[in-house]
Amino acid sequence: MTGQTIVLAADVPFPPTVEDFFLPSIVPWGGDNVWLTKITLLVWLSVAILIVFFLWAYRNPQMVPTRRQWLAESIYGFVRNNIAVDMIGREGVRFAPYLATLFTFIFVMNLWSIIPFAQISPMSHIAFPIVLALISWVLFIYLGFRKHGIGYLKHALVPPAPWFILPILVPIEFFSNFIVRPFSLAVRLFANMFAGHMLLLVFTLGGFAMINSNVLLAPISVLSWAMTIALTFLDLAVIALQAYVFTVLTASYIQGSLAEEAH
Amino acid sequence: MNVAEVVGSTAAIGYGLAAIGPGIGVGLVFASYIQSTARQPEAARITQPFMWIGFAVVEVLALLGIAFGFIWQGTIP
Repeated sequence: MTGQTIVLAADVPFPPTVEDFFLPSIVPWGGDNVWLTKITLLVWLSVAILIVFFLWAYRNPQMVPTRRQWLAESIYGFVRNNIAVDMIGREGVRFAPYLATLFTFIFVMNLWSIIPFAQISPMSHIAFPIVLALISWVLFIYLGFRKHGIGYLKHALVPPAPWFILPILVPIEFFSNFIVRPFSLAVRLFANMFAGHMLLLVFTLGGFAMINSNVLLAPISVLSWAMTIALTFLDLAVIALQAYVFTVLTASYIQGSLAEEAH
Repeated sequence: MNVAEVVGSTAAIGYGLAAIGPGIGVGLVFASYIQSTARQPEAARITQPFMWIGFAVVEVLALLGIAFGFIWQGTIP
């Protein structure tokens, strides 16, 4: 019996890799098919939860809000007052529905990364953030052209600066306004969710790897799992923060497109 | 005989180096926000969205490091 290690989970593959994000399909069970995986299921669930929650909360609106109406109204009110109106100004109310949808959708999608049995966010696949970033990108460019006409190009690309510095500034402005903005929106959300999931994997699987290699390391394994719990709370903060940051940045880009004079 | 041997991915070293700059940057963002609210407490709500924007813009550099670390993974032979 001596020398036998306690096997809590047989052969845990220790350094977690990118492969861990590509889960087997549900129908057919365990196959390579990508059309219905846990990720797909979670996206549809998020959409369903949001639609049902807001319809249910507003089914029978009261003058004095009921508790569920209060919850829905405070979420919408937060986005409307603290993001849309604060960042864009009074005409920001027009964009409050889009911003509120963006905020709640990203929040629910991110929240899956710490909900037991789901424990992976669809946002940790870059495809979903890319689509959201593209919608915001098209929106602020469209608004800019509608507000300023073709003059939007001058508004966005030519900062008030001496003429001899413009050959350098215009390409930089183009690069930062039209290329870096959508790219960084998508990568920020994706990388936060990816890194959050990776951290939890490292500490959970690391605990198993240590206890499997040597029983004397068991106390450190317990420490590692305690860290997992602590990091779950950190992840909760990151989840809310990233939903907020994505919405605030979208609002600030819209504000930039609608501004009267350059910058 | 190898006196010291290093095996594994160089991306780990690269990410460590890449995180220095954003670390300092995020520290500066929050330090400035704390300083400004200490001097002018009533401005706290006005400057808060800008703090988060600044934080997000700086933070994305570290996150690019994570993403690119996985994309361009080199290993020490």
